[in-house]
Amino acid sequence: MTTSKLDTGYVKLQVCSVEDDDPASESGDRRQKVESFESELKQSAGAMNLSFIIRDEDHTLGNSLRYVIMKNPEVDFCGYTVPHPSENKINFRIQTKGNVPAVDVFRKGLVDLKQMCSIVMEKYQEAVEQYQHDQKMETT
Amino acid sequence: MSSLDEIRSRVKLEETEVSNTTSTNFPGNYPGYDDQLNLDSFRDNLTINIAKLDDDSTEFDMIGIDAALANAFRRILIAELASMAIEKVHIHENSSVLPDDVLAHRLGLIPLKADARNFEYRQPGDTKDHEDNTLVFKLKIICKKNPKAIENNIEPKNLYINSNVYTEHMEWIPIGNQATKYTANDVGPVANDILIVKLRPGQELDLKLVCVKGIGRDHAKFSPVCTASYRLMPEIILKEPIENEDADKLQQCFTSGVIEIKEQKNGQRRAVVSKPRLDLCSREALRYPELKDRIQLNKIRDHFIFSIESVGAVKPNMLFVESIKLLMDKCEHLLNEIDGNPLQST
Repeated sequence: MTTSKLDTGYVKLQVCSVEDDDPASESGDRRQKVESFESELKQSAGAMNLSFIIRDEDHTLGNSLRYVIMKNPEVDFCGYTVPHPSENKINFRIQTKGNVPAVDVFRKGLVDLKQMCSIVMEKYQEAVEQYQHDQKMETT
Repeated sequence: MSSLDEIRSRVKLEETEVSNTTSTNFPGNYPGYDDQLNLDSFRDNLTINIAKLDDDSTEFDMIGIDAALANAFRRILIAELASMAIEKVHIHENSSVLPDDVLAHRLGLIPLKADARNFEYRQPGDTKDHEDNTLVFKLKIICKKNPKAIENNIEPKNLYINSNVYTEHMEWIPIGNQATKYTANDVGPVANDILIVKLRPGQELDLKLVCVKGIGRDHAKFSPVCTASYRLMPEIILKEPIENEDADKLQQCFTSGVIEIKEQKNGQRRAVVSKPRLDLCSREALRYPELKDRIQLNKIRDHFIFSIESVGAVKPNMLFVESIKLLMDKCEHLLNEIDGNPLQST
């Protein structure tokens, strides 16, 4: 059941902390321990390469979002996996070419996907109206 | 069509393999092509034609969209759109031949007309039936001997009363204000003649059926579609004229209606591709050495023939619209989470 979505403190989206050779973190000493939780978040938010964990999602959102994000020329790599079939989450990886933070790419992907959906919806409703109009003409 | 365009836009059916199956039209993959997402050109290129639409089923062509999106809609239709189904059966009496669990499972699979959009999910641990999240039916029936049975007719329907229990015997019990909002016809089973169980004299059922809202990922009984599927538009190319006996052979290889034979002016009978849409893509033609090099079988990568069959609660066109809305909601939810509270780290 999808009731877990209503649990208090539910977080759908998380990021893995930055630890790989990320151009953003290369400026400082990478091995230096992140001092506080907040600065870690800040670092993640500006990182060029990021892994997201999206809870309660599967190939439905994973693959369509991957497609839209790969259409973005700023993106070097984008992919996702379902780490285990009985864990209801996906790991979503974005690596950019170094000009835009991965989070911005992720946000743009979501906005684009949403707009593509609204275009499909608009076109579909037009088609339904057209079909119903044609049917009416045929019967009269 | 250049070979590059062919790789980009066609799935090739070959004798021993199907090649070019994945989309490769991403920026940087092909010099000279701008494969960036452009919403205006997406809007211009997207074509939807409805071939059939009635209360139960629909078939439409969606041209100019990628499998990633088409598949998302299909998956949402099957597994993520909500509907109402019988989730709990309180068994006060069951002396039929069906064991309690089998009977309860059968009841669960009965499709209901209730529109799930008017209901809420029932929370775990919530034991009280509430008007906003639950529908209740009663099924109380006793099988008896028919005193007015016609002699020498051994049909059970003649000998017994209530020997067959159908969905029409389910009686809706409104909770709270439900009686003012719906009629029994709005929320009941989609058909009145679904056979639930057979009884014999002395056997009886006394059940309370509790229906809740759920999604297909949880249990297939909650799926609002019988099937939701798509296939790609087939394309058959005859590289050179195929005539006479070869034409007959070619026609035999495909679903009937796909290949037509036309009489030429010189008396030759020539094969013509007439309705590739009907083809089931068997690749039978590639087994004949005399045919296999003269034809090419493709599928058009961005032409989806979508078919949706509703179980009867919601019209199929509404289901498709709901599936698009649900994908938009998913995006919206994630956007809110990025913008609302800055990213949570693991």
